[in-house]
Amino acid sequence: MINNLNTEELSIKRYLRQDRLPHMWCPGCGIGVALDCFLRAIDRSGIDHNGIAMVCGIGCAGRAAGYVKLDSFHTTHGRAIPFATGLKLANPKLNVVVFSGDGDLAAIGGNHLIHAARRNIDMTVICVNNFNYGMTGSQAGPTTPLEALTTTSRYGCFEYPFNLPYLLSASGAPYIARWTALHVCQLEKSIAEAMVKPGFSFIEVISPCPPIFGRMNKKPTGMDFMRYYQEKSTVQNGADPKNVDIELNGTIVVGKFVDKECPTLLDKLSQVSDKAKEVKT
Amino acid sequence: MKQNKIMVGEFFVSGDVACAEGAISAGCRFFAGYPITPATEIAERMSLRLPQVDGVYIQMEDELASMGAVLGASWAGKKSMTATSGPGFSLMMENLGLGIMLETPCVLVNIQRGDPSTGLPTMVGQGDMMQARWGSHGSYEIIALAPTSPQDIFDLTIMAFNLSEKYRVPVIIMSDEAVGHMSEKVIMPYMKQQSLTNRQRPRVNPEQYLPYKPDANLVPPMAMAGEGYLFHVTGLTHDERGYPVMTTEAQDHLVRRLVDKIRVNRDDIIKYKEIQIEDADIIVCAYGITARIAQMAVKMAREKGIRAGMLQLITVWPFAEQKIRDLSSQARAFIVPEINYGQIVLEVERCAGDRAKTVLVPNMGGKVHSPEIILEAIQEASR
Repeated sequence: MINNLNTEELSIKRYLRQDRLPHMWCPGCGIGVALDCFLRAIDRSGIDHNGIAMVCGIGCAGRAAGYVKLDSFHTTHGRAIPFATGLKLANPKLNVVVFSGDGDLAAIGGNHLIHAARRNIDMTVICVNNFNYGMTGSQAGPTTPLEALTTTSRYGCFEYPFNLPYLLSASGAPYIARWTALHVCQLEKSIAEAMVKPGFSFIEVISPCPPIFGRMNKKPTGMDFMRYYQEKSTVQNGADPKNVDIELNGTIVVGKFVDKECPTLLDKLSQVSDKAKEVKT
Repeated sequence: MKQNKIMVGEFFVSGDVACAEGAISAGCRFFAGYPITPATEIAERMSLRLPQVDGVYIQMEDELASMGAVLGASWAGKKSMTATSGPGFSLMMENLGLGIMLETPCVLVNIQRGDPSTGLPTMVGQGDMMQARWGSHGSYEIIALAPTSPQDIFDLTIMAFNLSEKYRVPVIIMSDEAVGHMSEKVIMPYMKQQSLTNRQRPRVNPEQYLPYKPDANLVPPMAMAGEGYLFHVTGLTHDERGYPVMTTEAQDHLVRRLVDKIRVNRDDIIKYKEIQIEDADIIVCAYGITARIAQMAVKMAREKGIRAGMLQLITVWPFAEQKIRDLSSQARAFIVPEINYGQIVLEVERCAGDRAKTVLVPNMGGKVHSPEIILEAIQEASR
């Protein structure tokens, strides 16, 4: 949507590569909203954008790296988190943000996602969840709700989906939030919070995909999704992640589910370094 | 001695440990890996040593992630490395391709074992030589070095880091279980700063910086994340700005340069050792542990009055094409012993053409060749 606005009026325009606009996302897509909230979070939280490294995987959301005027990496499918892990450990001063889709992060990259949470590595993961593989034309994925129609589930999706906040909670993530593309103020606030919080943070952004997933599931326009979010989402901060499954056209529980303190990977590595230097052999 | 700094002196260590210490001497300060026989000792050594020299060791969840983390660390400015063996090497092919496309300096060590698949985990092999060249998808050139001893793997690991920094390309150490697990004396010299290569840094201010605008040697200067250059890089086909460009012209321009930066600099990259080659009409062409054994076979052949010599490939990729062509007009035959069923022999055959016969001395893995079996091939060719 950014290309339809006068970018001169936006405070976030300095974080955008305007020579790369218009972007390639479909009308009504929620990735632009998630990106917008990310850039506003940088702007309003006062984080120095020179110190941010943004890492994306492959897919629609993965293309976000190419539109930002930040140090940004468009990597391999599923491997944004490992790449980001190397960046962060090699230069702990970097503020590392992974921005990618549900297929990239939870399917092909699912193992990296849970291990990054387990390690409590200092990074923020923004997962744009549109319930399908949009880039390749709406195939079913690990978040596709039961019975949803996709080009590879013509008779209705027959696999149980992941409840991502529950998965991340079980993996030890100390910060977990979920918002929809309708909840822009809350989403921006959560991203800003996550980016300054030490340790691993996970933010799920429930996102419209009107011409791809929506077309096959009776929500062909962005407005259809927004109405659905307005009618069916309920804010429950502190909700137990195990109770926040999303069924097709069902209730979407949103909010900040987890926000706890625990030593991060960098804290632990600093102790390792101290111990190593005491060793005399 | 205290091991809380870079090791200098004479040590009795395994090839795997020598490799780790060579990396530290070369300035490597980041290692991401996953345990696998027979390369595990490199990870173990790095986990002990890197924290002592302000480096970071991280054990990743698999080899896909290990290679990804190595690339990320390089973009944050650290010299970085991973080590693995066959099954892990296969997984690393994915991000090796990204490393080539993003032009990321790093070192990947493969301590080869019996193959294919799980094969012979604890026993020697040289079956991944072609995978090192062609294992990731697409057209590219790679640099691969083959050490023959613990001393050699120490020295070549330093050379690997220097080449990777100079040409902004992942460099592969193609070693094997025999070298990795044998213990010998290794001299670790004090490394002067001037003997270590560091990547070219941008010489323009951030507004003018183009991440993929190459220098005269076809290698672009490299900025690090967090320095204010605000660059974008992508595994998609891209232009000098680093922006994705989906055209045949951009593809042609980029792929040619990625390949040519290695090809036009091949004389600087390719190293080999010649042993009794001046008058040789039977030349053994070998690499890695097999070269060490072949040397004995050459000696035995000389004692029998056969004019045998050896060309030891230090740099396996890019291949020493011109050297083989030159020698093919002098030699009657090339004998190529390798611990596989014929890989590098195909390259020798290609370069020798009809001018000299090429003979493979295969070995399916699990043990090294005996000198006698190589000698037999030399004798047969000399008849």
